[in-house]
Amino acid sequence: MPDLSKYRFTSTHEWVAPTDGGVRVGISDYAQAQLGDVIFLELPEVGRTLSAGERFGVIESVKAASDLYLPVGGRVAAVNAALTESPEKINNDPYGEGWMLELADVDESAAQLLDEAAYKALTET
Amino acid sequence: MARHTPLYERHRAMGARMVEFGGFDMPLQYSGIREEHLAVRQRAGLFDISHMGRVRFGGDHTGAAVQRLVTNDLERIEPGRAMYSMMCNDQGGIIDDVVVYRGLGTALVVINAACRDKDVAWMRDHTDGGTVVDDISDQTALLALQGPGAERILGPLTDADLEKLRPFSTVDGTVAGVDVAVSRTGYTGEDGFELYVWTASQSERLWDALLEAGTPAGLLPAGLGARDTLRLEAGLRLYGQDMDEETDPFSAGLGWTVKLDKGDFIGAGALRDIKKRGPERRFAGLGLEGRAIARHGHRVCVDGRQAGAVTSGTYSFTLGHGIATAYVSPELAEPGTRLTVDIRGTTAAAEVVPLPFYRRST
Repeated sequence: MPDLSKYRFTSTHEWVAPTDGGVRVGISDYAQAQLGDVIFLELPEVGRTLSAGERFGVIESVKAASDLYLPVGGRVAAVNAALTESPEKINNDPYGEGWMLELADVDESAAQLLDEAAYKALTET
Repeated sequence: MARHTPLYERHRAMGARMVEFGGFDMPLQYSGIREEHLAVRQRAGLFDISHMGRVRFGGDHTGAAVQRLVTNDLERIEPGRAMYSMMCNDQGGIIDDVVVYRGLGTALVVINAACRDKDVAWMRDHTDGGTVVDDISDQTALLALQGPGAERILGPLTDADLEKLRPFSTVDGTVAGVDVAVSRTGYTGEDGFELYVWTASQSERLWDALLEAGTPAGLLPAGLGARDTLRLEAGLRLYGQDMDEETDPFSAGLGWTVKLDKGDFIGAGALRDIKKRGPERRFAGLGLEGRAIARHGHRVCVDGRQAGAVTSGTYSFTLGHGIATAYVSPELAEPGTRLTVDIRGTTAAAEVVPLPFYRRST
């Protein structure tokens, strides 16, 4: 298991973790397992500013399409272009290579985040 | 409460994710849809399809009774062989799509799980007193072993002569000591077998033996998720999604199962009329650009106007792009026609392509 002590989670199964000068966003291992094989990912344009809780994209598996919600607010500084060709990285490494967005100018004021233990408790009930 | 197949405990013990389908709690996937799909295309997969209904016909008038119920012509096959057919109502609407096995003075009709109650009622209402309509689904089980490796896995376990068993043929035998009918049929587009287990309680023994024999050859247990992506690549219809009682066989591209010259049968008059005037819409395969998945009900458009609707869609693991089937206006059903699909507000480019999307090399 990767070290998730710096990761925080939403009740909708996204994660956010600090990087140099900003944060990265992705979905949890629990979420990828529930979705099954990820086929397609729709991500926002770089440069857009979004707020915490806002829908930032769609993730699609064979079974279903699900909306993705931003854990914190911020400006989209980068999207993980490798996922366009290899969305299975989300299944294989959801906390590493399966990252989706990098945000700058992060705004946590409206964020409702869970730490690893609280998120774990949520997914085990 | 959803019903359980005789293999329910096996699925749970193997950690399958379960889903309700056709009134049954069924395995959706074990290791993952992609992995299971590719295992069937390249090696082998083992499915529990005991949810499918099995109805045995007996009595002096079996042949005539079944001929009246279905659109295809049983006289064209010998005993021991099977054929795909529609069961239609008086208006020519499809009540169910079925596989009929012709026996000696008997017949076995395999029906969809979700249709079981209405089908059996319809069959009993439309046969005379001399015909026995026996729903044997609960006392039996049905397994499917599918994939290019199926014959090599099954061969050592059975006394049935698989080399002589042609597609859509069946033979009685034992597999791992369990009495079954071995049928060279399936719903995946691959070579393979469906095993009718006459005593449901013996199905776990058969399941275990097939898994044990197949695992070294790369066999995986496979769930309904892979069954759906496999059947869609193979251009096979799913009742309730691709057609229903409002759909006639000609619209569904299944006119070849309607034999209007075989003598009277239920729906023959209406079907004759539909064939004469031509169906109002046609079933077409769509190849999509990109990875977004068209799903049941999504609008098919030409120049921004709706021209049809998607019935089934998935990502094709074999082809590497999205595929879908849809009903479209007849003039748009020709391969090469450019269309779009409205996928949750996003316009996806698509082209009409011939069915099936995938055909195995022989």
